[in-house]
Amino acid sequence: MAKEKKGVRLEHISKIYQDPKTKKNFYAVKDTSLDIEPGSFVTLLGPSGCGKTTTLRMIAGFESPDEGEIYLGGEPINALTPNKRDTAMVFQSYALLPHYNIFDNVAYGLKLRKMDKETIKTKVTNILKLVGLEGMEARMTNQLSGGQQQRVALARALVLEPGVLLFDEPLSNLDAKLRVSMRTEIRRIQQEAGITAVYVTHDQSEAMAISDKIIIMEKGIVAQMGSPQEIYYHPKSEFVADFIGEANFLKGPLKSKNGSDGVVDISGTKVDVKEISHFGIGDTCTLVLRPESAVLADAGQLPCRVILSCFMGSYQNYHVMVGDNLVKITDFNPKNKKIYDVGDKAYVKFDPANVHVL
Amino acid sequence: MAKNQSASLDRKKFFADPIMVTTIVVLIAFLTLFILYPLAILLVDSFVTDQGIGLSVFRRIMKMSNFRRAISNTLKVGFLVGIASALIGLLFAYVEVYVKLKTRFMEGLFKVFYMLPIVSPPFVLSLSMIILFGKAGIITRFLLHIYDNNVYGFWGIAIVQTLTFFPVCYMMMRGLLKNIDPSLEEAARDMGATRWKVFMTVTLPLILPGLGNAFLVTFIESIADFANPMIIGGSYDTLATTIYLQITGAYDKEGASAMAVVLLGITLLMFIVQKYYLEAKSTATLSGKASRQRMLIEDRSVTVPLTILCSLLALFVVMMYICVPFGAMFKTWGYDFHLTTKWFQQVFTKYKGFKAFKDSFVLSLIASPITALLSMIISYLVVKRKFKAKGFIEAVSMLAMAVPGTVLGIGYIRGFSAGVFRTGFLQGLYGTGAILVIVFIVRSLPTGTRSGISALRQIDKSIEESAYDMGADSLTVFMTVTLPLIKDSFLSGLVTAFVRSITAISAIILLVTPQYLLITVQINEFAEKGAYGIACAFASILIIITYSAVLLMNLVIKYFGTSRNYREE
Repeated sequence: MAKEKKGVRLEHISKIYQDPKTKKNFYAVKDTSLDIEPGSFVTLLGPSGCGKTTTLRMIAGFESPDEGEIYLGGEPINALTPNKRDTAMVFQSYALLPHYNIFDNVAYGLKLRKMDKETIKTKVTNILKLVGLEGMEARMTNQLSGGQQQRVALARALVLEPGVLLFDEPLSNLDAKLRVSMRTEIRRIQQEAGITAVYVTHDQSEAMAISDKIIIMEKGIVAQMGSPQEIYYHPKSEFVADFIGEANFLKGPLKSKNGSDGVVDISGTKVDVKEISHFGIGDTCTLVLRPESAVLADAGQLPCRVILSCFMGSYQNYHVMVGDNLVKITDFNPKNKKIYDVGDKAYVKFDPANVHVL
Repeated sequence: MAKNQSASLDRKKFFADPIMVTTIVVLIAFLTLFILYPLAILLVDSFVTDQGIGLSVFRRIMKMSNFRRAISNTLKVGFLVGIASALIGLLFAYVEVYVKLKTRFMEGLFKVFYMLPIVSPPFVLSLSMIILFGKAGIITRFLLHIYDNNVYGFWGIAIVQTLTFFPVCYMMMRGLLKNIDPSLEEAARDMGATRWKVFMTVTLPLILPGLGNAFLVTFIESIADFANPMIIGGSYDTLATTIYLQITGAYDKEGASAMAVVLLGITLLMFIVQKYYLEAKSTATLSGKASRQRMLIEDRSVTVPLTILCSLLALFVVMMYICVPFGAMFKTWGYDFHLTTKWFQQVFTKYKGFKAFKDSFVLSLIASPITALLSMIISYLVVKRKFKAKGFIEAVSMLAMAVPGTVLGIGYIRGFSAGVFRTGFLQGLYGTGAILVIVFIVRSLPTGTRSGISALRQIDKSIEESAYDMGADSLTVFMTVTLPLIKDSFLSGLVTAFVRSITAISAIILLVTPQYLLITVQINEFAEKGAYGIACAFASILIIITYSAVLLMNLVIKYFGTSRNYREE
């Protein structure tokens, strides 16, 4: 549907803000380079204050970068005002124009492009059908539910057939269930329209569900980028591992090494690990163990003591102490398994292939 | 780490928008020429003499005993009026927010207070004060048989100003009290405090900065007030009237300028304290919204005395307003209380009433849309845009709030009678209707801007950003998004500007030429001559005009103001 898919390229982008209290400058975004492929869905993910929204607003043109250049479809766009950029944004608060009805909201950008009435009507009708709001043209925005308002905001951006679609935490004002269905919908519509999308969120499950590529940001710097699987299975830092999904970190020195396999000492227990070729003997290794990758058993790699055991329905939630380390374990489908109680001694059992070493 | 690139990019984006750049340049020129320049010329006038720069003019005016007396008179009145208005305002606000009012009648009375400060022309209360309590007053002479009651002077001014200004305090205090979370007071009650103790230890400390704020706002209003001291002051001169007499009576332009500088200095100082210290403090303590409805006080030992007190005060005020049209209908004031329409007839037959109303009406009608639009543009720029001169625009348009009309009037005389900087440039402006319109605009701009700013602050920034993002330029965003969203504020700004203009006197009286007859100036003239019948007739018609304007506005907002539809969510 889009006239032309455009890629977005950020070259060494920095944005400096002034702390209002201390009057000191600091980097909100620092030396960030990104290459977003035409037609792909890329998510900027990170905790609040990591610079993800600032990055998005720089692409939209609301903020100007202090260093570097932004390209849209190969053209530098730094000096363009937001209304001259081929971008369309879906705002966190939807930002629908409250004095217009749905039709006029969606038609607003088209009218500014001086299209004739018939074309506008066809385009608006088609796009409202795509987002599932046909027949609602005459409603006012305050007569819509949050999810419907969200769809109008999406339709309003899509109808402009922008080179890139920008999303600023668009689902954060919706309730949990709606959030899940809307994200699937956004993904479907993006695929159907074949449009480039940059999506900002702090919700890691949303990012995983929706993206071709996730960019994790921390304090203005890109911490890691890659497909959801890459990031989940091979996090490059504790921050990334902890931010995307839950993770237990077990630290210990590398005792022996055989090619890419090796043995790490965790609180006095020897544990087999894989993919440690870049470590030397004696180096401290951090084992990233996902709670769902381990179970409690009477025999296993790490002896432990249970300090919390809690039935959650689909899984049994355990907190156990391995030496001085707290390890969280989610044991799925617990119905016919042995349940350990607080104070019980047990072993943490896992497949070495499921442990990622930092 | 330097922000050079973003600064230069922002500048580029800014200049890519010629309409906004032009608007800002025009605005800055307007504010500089019609607010800053007249005030600057006063400073020049009072410091620069033939002998060079110095304090000689100030030394001269300080030697005048009437000027020294005027300073202390003004401050005394301002202090008393400020305190009295703040307390009475608090009383009414407290009763409305905290006490269960049993009667419809009381609720109706409270509604009247909304309207009073808006529709009432200045010096209406002075007129009725004289009619009721003067030497030939209905109450003093005919009910109490006091033949030598003197309402002119300190007490006259103080009472009239208090009654004129306390509704403003009432509205300020009401807003604050409504923002107090009732659970704070309930917690104190729960811990064993009596109602009085709760008021003294919880409520009062919370609103104390607000009370101080109300005091200062009234104080500024009082010392800037020209019309009331003019009519009811008698020989008790305040700064505003002294300055007026200095220029119209003694033709001492330098002296008047220096006096104006003194008056401006006082109001500016108060204004700065009020604006930058108390206002911030009074809202900071009460930023939260009340979580629940407050349980109203039903205890009769509280409600009965408070209700009676408020009713008496309110009835007194209402009576003061009612007696204006009656004053216009008595045959001969003080002797013959038969009703007649001869004063009303004379307004039109003998005293060119039609021309006066037409001139006032037309000039105000020209000024009000310009004022309303200008104040909305200023608010938009201040709240929604980032640019270098923003601080200047905001500061100067707020500064106008602290400038007494008399000071502005003198500034215009000195600044424009011989052209800008006495070069003859724009000299043609002086003495025309245009300069009156400009004065109207400058005098109403701060109120409009303030209401525009608060209306715009409630609108999510991203609504305008979204329009901008979809391809609209600044002008389109302003016309299709901002203005429709603050329609109510714009409409009320329109009417407020109209009412303020048509009832304005302090600056106007110094600038009006015989070519234009203005109602307020007429009222002032007849009241000074003692022709109270004619003055009241003019004033009654003026009240009808302003009241209709406000009614019309409410109707228009009710049926065409879209804001209410979407603001509730």
